[in-house]
Amino acid sequence: MPTPTAHGRPDPETTTLARSRDGRPVADRGDTVCVIGAGASGLTAVKNLAEHGFGVDCYERETGVGGAWNWRHDRSPVYASTHLVSSRPFTQFPDFPMPDDWPDFPHHSQLLAYFERYADHFDLRRYVWFGTEVVRVEPAEDDRWDVTTRSTGGYGPERTSRYAAVLIANGHNWSPKLPRYEGLEQFRGEVMHASSYKDPAQLRGKRVLVVGAGNTGCDIAVEAAQQASRCWHSTRRGYWYAPKYVFGRPVDQVNDTLLALRVPLRVRQWFYHRTLRLTVGDLARFGLPKPDHRVYETHPIANSQLVYHVGHGTISPVPDVARFHPHSVELTDGRQIDPELVVFATGYLPRFEFLDAKILGDDEGVGRPRLWLNAFVPDHPTLAVAGLVQPDSGLFTLSHWQAVLFARLLRLRTTRPERAAAFAARVRSGAGERYSGPVKDSSRHWFEVGHADYLRALERALRDLEGK
Amino acid sequence: MSQHGAAGQRVRLVRDWEWARPVRPVRREVLSATPELEEGRPPLLFVPGFGHGAWAYAEHWLGHAAARGFGAHAVSLRGHGGSGPAPEATLRAYAHDVVQVAAGLPRRAVLVGHGAGALVVAHALARYPARAAVLVAPVLGGWATFGAAVRRNPLGTLPALFGGGLRLSRRQLFSRELPDADARRYAARLGRAARRAQWQLLAGADPEPAVGGPPVLVLGSPDDRVVPASVLTRAARRYGSAPLLFPGMGHDLMLDARWREPIDAILDWLVKEPTRDDRS
Ligand SMILES: Cc1cc2nc3c(=O)[nH]c(=O)nc-3n(C[C@H](O)[C@H](O)[C@H](O)COP(=O)(O)OP(=O)(O)OC[C@H]3O[C@@H](n4cnc5c(N)ncnc54)[C@H](O)[C@@H]3O)c2cc1C
Repeated sequence: MPTPTAHGRPDPETTTLARSRDGRPVADRGDTVCVIGAGASGLTAVKNLAEHGFGVDCYERETGVGGAWNWRHDRSPVYASTHLVSSRPFTQFPDFPMPDDWPDFPHHSQLLAYFERYADHFDLRRYVWFGTEVVRVEPAEDDRWDVTTRSTGGYGPERTSRYAAVLIANGHNWSPKLPRYEGLEQFRGEVMHASSYKDPAQLRGKRVLVVGAGNTGCDIAVEAAQQASRCWHSTRRGYWYAPKYVFGRPVDQVNDTLLALRVPLRVRQWFYHRTLRLTVGDLARFGLPKPDHRVYETHPIANSQLVYHVGHGTISPVPDVARFHPHSVELTDGRQIDPELVVFATGYLPRFEFLDAKILGDDEGVGRPRLWLNAFVPDHPTLAVAGLVQPDSGLFTLSHWQAVLFARLLRLRTTRPERAAAFAARVRSGAGERYSGPVKDSSRHWFEVGHADYLRALERALRDLEGK
Repeated sequence: MSQHGAAGQRVRLVRDWEWARPVRPVRREVLSATPELEEGRPPLLFVPGFGHGAWAYAEHWLGHAAARGFGAHAVSLRGHGGSGPAPEATLRAYAHDVVQVAAGLPRRAVLVGHGAGALVVAHALARYPARAAVLVAPVLGGWATFGAAVRRNPLGTLPALFGGGLRLSRRQLFSRELPDADARRYAARLGRAARRAQWQLLAGADPEPAVGGPPVLVLGSPDDRVVPASVLTRAARRYGSAPLLFPGMGHDLMLDARWREPIDAILDWLVKEPTRDDRS
């Protein structure tokens, strides 16, 4: 595999020196677009912007591509056993399929190989500055942006370059969201967030409490069932645990067969409930709480093994944690349990430390930007965020089309400014729109989108933009 | 940036059938010739027409392209050549085969399709941003092409309407310059495409727009007895150019006596054609 430097590096030492607002020298990068992050979303942004004729500088704080799927990265949330939850056709980029002899749900190492191949196939590494962190992004005149970077280690001087546009693809699955519990500080056992869970050896022989019923929480509970001496799985409410396969096919493919046949949501929900009844059965019988919502109203959990282990008694489902005591954990039903290790699989929140939260419309600074199509920023036509979606399927198709739309928008700003202006108005009026059926309003679902609804919205935006 | 290809068609983001019913994998035969010295040229992927296999390119073109510094690969569509059997294959499955092989190459590839293989390439271009595409004596389908084929070779063509094999005669495929023994040998190797794919050649949907706006070259022979010159012109116009013509050659330009001229023209075009990076 060629090293990053073998491709040559971009040269940001461009001629004209401008000054930033506070008088620092700024290297003017002309029409070049800046992409932050070389995970899946950043890579597809680089490819599509270059394909539309733009110069691109991509900054990546790590030394390789792949973002979350590169387990060597210090912020990677994947653990040894992570496999895709969304099956292959939903997950791959629409114009660069994964090998069709790969399994339906590839392993994380296969995903990394896929992203590395994508980068090499389209010769993307030469656009990327590895080991370089973006520390500040500030608006400059004419809708341009001053981007300040420095080496990830923090050594060396900072430098600022001015870009025509910025696409933020910094990911939203690396900054742990930790719930607050009374007494947690006094708890004597071990406590970790799922982001630092890497290997089942961490669970071996211990009494483990796993908190959270996301896909990660369920995966870890299943591993604990096999490795730990005891496993409690605490969930706040009941969920629909879909198996990864029904009728011998990946469950998302079965679901999309119904979508393709234009079966209405209500009927799909009915069908889904029936199918779960027939395959998984009545979960309340296992002591799991009954779901308080219909399927499709929370992020889908696809895990074939959880219910199996509950059935074997190797996972004990328990309700929410009420408070911690030094040597035990009290549950909301009054029970006390005594785990040695508590794993919080309680999710992540996005962070944009390099940007004034108000620019993204996150006025309270809680990590919930107000965007259109989860990507476009009101009043900042040359700034966008890619990958800030939590789809009920794979993410990369969505990031791909976000990047295409952004590239076409930037093109039109010079060739047909009136169309770009109409788009800006649409961004303003549509900010905050949702693209899924009714979902629970917890931070876990802030970015939830139904893949078909969302892609249709993007498709309409593309057509409106180009007047087709 | 211009968007080449079937201009009226829109980009489609929701591909529910693609997702719900992905094409099944199959063993695929790929024949390759690689240059001695890697010169950074884009790899070529040759796609044979119906009935042909990768062997058709292995005969002359692969080696010649490699000798001129291009990594050259040819795939046999499923059900053809040394690839796995696929009696129920559709055009979508054929295009899938092409995209799978293209995406497996180390760098962005140039797709070269011959005959109905050109239609397969046109479909593949909507799924894979090729560096460039070359359509050689393209059979892009539709009833007009069929009409021409019926007039020239009713016995070989009509049965296809009723699910039979499409049989092209030696005289349609090769010029008289090709020694008879060679012509017989090649004709004996011809197979047939799947019934459904054959049907789609007549009545299938138009390809979606090519992604990434690749440059497209169309070439063929005015003496081709499968693809009339008017069809060549129309195909080239669809991609915004005029066809390159090689008089005196039959439909199978890669096997005919003067096989060297068209492949040299293709390689010259690729060397001259400004690459995407120069354009930006
Ligand atoms: C356990 C787990 C399982 C998952 N399973 C699936 C699945 O099955 N299907 C699916 O589609 N998705 C899944 N996801 C979601 C996952 O987040 C996405 O697949 C994907 O990794 C998001 O890609 P991204 O490029 O947007 O972000 P990331 O992969 O997080 O990449 C962001 C990149 O930006 C870089 N970066 C961040 N800040 C800066 C900065 N200031 N300067 C420079 N560089 C910076 C980071 O180093 C990183 O490389 C899963 C997530 C987890 C945690």
